[in-house]
Amino acid sequence: MAVVFEKTKMLTDAPLHYCPGCTHGIAHRLVAEVLEEIGAEGHVVGVAPVGCAVFAYNYFNCDMQEAAHGRAPAVATGIKRVTPQNIVFAYQGDGDLASIGMAEIVHAAARGEKITVIFINNTIYGMTGGQMAPTTLIGEKATTCIYGRDAEKNGNPIKMCELLATLTGPSYIERVALYDAAHVRMAKKAIKKAFTHQVENRGFSFIEILSSCPTNWGMTPEQALAFVKTDMQNFYPLGVFKEVTE
Amino acid sequence: MAKITIKKESCKGCGLCVLSCPKKLLQISGTSNKNGYFVVEITDMKACIGCASCAMMCPDCVISVEK
Ligand SMILES: Cc1ncc(C[n+]2csc(CCOP(=O)(O)OP(=O)(O)O)c2C)c(N)n1
Ligand code: SF4
Ligand code: SF4
Ligand code: SF4
Ligand SMILES: [Mg+2]
Repeated sequence: MAVVFEKTKMLTDAPLHYCPGCTHGIAHRLVAEVLEEIGAEGHVVGVAPVGCAVFAYNYFNCDMQEAAHGRAPAVATGIKRVTPQNIVFAYQGDGDLASIGMAEIVHAAARGEKITVIFINNTIYGMTGGQMAPTTLIGEKATTCIYGRDAEKNGNPIKMCELLATLTGPSYIERVALYDAAHVRMAKKAIKKAFTHQVENRGFSFIEILSSCPTNWGMTPEQALAFVKTDMQNFYPLGVFKEVTE
Repeated sequence: MAKITIKKESCKGCGLCVLSCPKKLLQISGTSNKNGYFVVEITDMKACIGCASCAMMCPDCVISVEK
């Protein structure tokens, strides 16, 4: 019998601390599998965020640097510029990237930094207990909008792929989702494409991953996947938003 | 012929693999691991087609698949 699936060596043996059914774990695995497949072992540096993925440095089997909240794209910029022989990626949540770190992500993208950013959109501040994020959907409940997000009071959600795609610097931008096995396989293809853009020195690459937070959504893991598939996907369409081919 | 191996000590009993199996071969068992999670089990290994959908959906790399 041949091995069809086994855990990639680009993940360590440390047990993930994520809640049961949280798709952060799937996103970690996909990034790690891609790093193994492109032969990045030994020359890849990741930057971990503040948020539920704060311990990402324990899980990826490569050099990792923790960044202050939202600053991962700036830290990744520095690492990539000083050691351009390395593949450099940032892994960030939506509170981290689209709220406190909005300036860093927009400017890293605008400058066309040759880094790859993996953006976990779960429409909420997971780690701190479920506050509204810039990505929270209209009508979605959070501890800071207990009757549901109201555009008049709380503003409208931000679509990061669409926003960054207006800039010249990015070379690859795609949004994917992790609600079933077929979409997980598609997400991996997208991540591989993003890292390939970096390997080929084309420009800034960005993958937004629609991800679940069963704990703060007050849902079972199954209900949470259904929320990603329906409500989230309706507002955040999947697809490629920018691709520079030459 | 296909075979899956379940690393029970890392299973969190989330059920995402159960949902994804096209043959409906997986279920959450009545046995818990040292973390207190009721772990997943396979009901009929001979019916497994080795598609790895379960492994794709597992956030914790609990399942490995051979074919
Ligand atoms: C400067 C600073 N401000 C606020 C916090 C508190 N804080 C920790 S994580 C977090 C939000 C995390 O949400 P997100 O980035 O969406 O990640 P998730 O946990 O949802 O994956 C906040 C506000 C902090 N640690 N540092
Ligand atoms: S709080 Fe939400 S995002 Fe954080 S580990 Fe739990 S389910 Fe995942
Ligand atoms: S490999 Fe496919 S058929 Fe076998 S248990 Fe997993 S999902 Fe079911
Ligand atoms: S998806 Fe993984 S952690 Fe969840 S029940 Fe299945 S084997 Fe266990
Ligand atoms: Mg979040």
